[in-house]
Amino acid sequence: MFWNEKIECMPQEELKKLQYDELKTLIEKLYNNNQFYHDRMEAKGVKPEDIKCLEDISKLPFMFKQDLRDYYPTKLFTVPNNQVVRYHVSSGTTGKPTLVGYTEGDIGYWSEALARSLTSAGIGPDDVLQVCYGYGLFTGGLGLHYGGEKVGATVLPASTGNSERQIELMMDLGVTAIACTPSYFIHLMGVAKKMGVDFRKDTKLRVAILGAEPWSESMKKKIEDETGVEAFDIYGTSEQAGPMFSDCPCHNGIHIAADIMYVEVIDPETEEILPPGEKGELVVTMLQKEAFPLVRYRIKDMTRILTDPCPCGRTSPRIERITGRSDDMLIVRGINVFPSQIEYTLMQIPEVGDQYMIYVTREGALDNMKIQVELKPEAFSDNMENMLKLRSRIESALKKYLNIAVVVELKEPGELPRFEGKAKRVIDNRVI
Amino acid sequence: MMSNIIKQLSIFVNNEPGRLAHISSVLKECNINMRAFNLAESTEFGILRAIVDNPDEAYDALKLKGIIAKKTDVIGVYLEDHPGALFMAADALGKANINIEYGYAYSYKDKAIFFIRVDDPVKAVEVIGKQGIKLVSDSEI
Repeated sequence: MFWNEKIECMPQEELKKLQYDELKTLIEKLYNNNQFYHDRMEAKGVKPEDIKCLEDISKLPFMFKQDLRDYYPTKLFTVPNNQVVRYHVSSGTTGKPTLVGYTEGDIGYWSEALARSLTSAGIGPDDVLQVCYGYGLFTGGLGLHYGGEKVGATVLPASTGNSERQIELMMDLGVTAIACTPSYFIHLMGVAKKMGVDFRKDTKLRVAILGAEPWSESMKKKIEDETGVEAFDIYGTSEQAGPMFSDCPCHNGIHIAADIMYVEVIDPETEEILPPGEKGELVVTMLQKEAFPLVRYRIKDMTRILTDPCPCGRTSPRIERITGRSDDMLIVRGINVFPSQIEYTLMQIPEVGDQYMIYVTREGALDNMKIQVELKPEAFSDNMENMLKLRSRIESALKKYLNIAVVVELKEPGELPRFEGKAKRVIDNRVI
Repeated sequence: MMSNIIKQLSIFVNNEPGRLAHISSVLKECNINMRAFNLAESTEFGILRAIVDNPDEAYDALKLKGIIAKKTDVIGVYLEDHPGALFMAADALGKANINIEYGYAYSYKDKAIFFIRVDDPVKAVEVIGKQGIKLVSDSEI
């Protein structure tokens, strides 16, 4: 099933021409109207007329997450404020968060991409879609909500939490499709089991649209085997708009709507463009973005591009499920966490020394994060209550900043490992 | 000068195998004798509280070894060996509105001493003294 068969199945040559036209228009607009892009292109000695074919995109400068921070909040926006209809905010690496803005057109291409993905997963007007991504500053909830409405499904904006109620609603309303993080789905499976609910017998759930955190083939198999639901993998970050692209029923990679996003994979060290099939760092250019364009953005996700024809008939390139990051970002319970954020928060607390360690584990379906910190000698109190208060003060500071609960352990100075050269402060013991 | 306020060593101990052994070996190396001690614990760390024969020397030795320690003022109350001895001391402090943060006992032959950490040690010495209860002086340690 297709939402937009003309574009989704467009012959390669036509598709490339469409992409080139979009790119050229975008680059001309940016060069002439936005100081940031103008200066960056000048610095690299490239002008809009140098972009003579799609491959010339490689002449353009890269953009980094740091740029989003340096130009916070809206200096990278290319439209006047009265055209911005929405903001979303994601956590930044340190200090400032990342702000993304949308015009009506941006919401349009975002919903369009989701409509294509949901349709390919067989979701349409007869479906009830339970969206258990967080609604709010995070893009997941509202993104899937708009996409679901666009394909005519009945959307249940359940957001996260209150899992027993989620399962009751799923049964009462005949929910056929669910969108959430894979770990939350596994959590729901556990809750359903405790309630004596069998997904196969007691619900009409057929499809799960899962994403926003790394997951594996074995997790997918566990979900499908235990619930009889078909799981689809959805990809997209807030910089791109939000969750957007998914695999098709052939389940052999995430179809990237080529008219919306241009993908390259580079060697993160040499910055050389890698041929299809080779694994490297994903670089994205959003071809239709208006409020806050993104050109050759180093998203830091590691994957490979697949160009062999897909039996579903879609001609767009595909990317393999994201298998890791080229930076140190962690995804914990669907939330992006940079070790630098943790360091930044800890360094604001006078009692805490310079050394810390981060441990991430998965118990059942839930990620846990434990942070060990060294105490400064003068912060030590003989009073246990004061010590426990200090510990909970550090925990609340981290929770406030990271938006996830963490467990803090106090250690004596010299107890935590010291590193020569590159510090390895993150131990991720999750098996996914 | 003799004083009824005793310097206790409070030592931060990581809650992991061998930590206490390490700290006691440092004390042994420095020839420091522990008279009484108590261990308070949370999940990942503990606080070792010890009455030692030479707190200043012990403190410096531990500090030199990178162990977090602190000198804390406590008082030591002699408890007579009969029912109600603890009550007398505790009751006097309670009536004087002095809060006991923690305490631990030491007994040797016919002597029993209750070491207590209170929020106002100076006032506590005065209150206990008025009750005619004997206090340990630092020179006795």
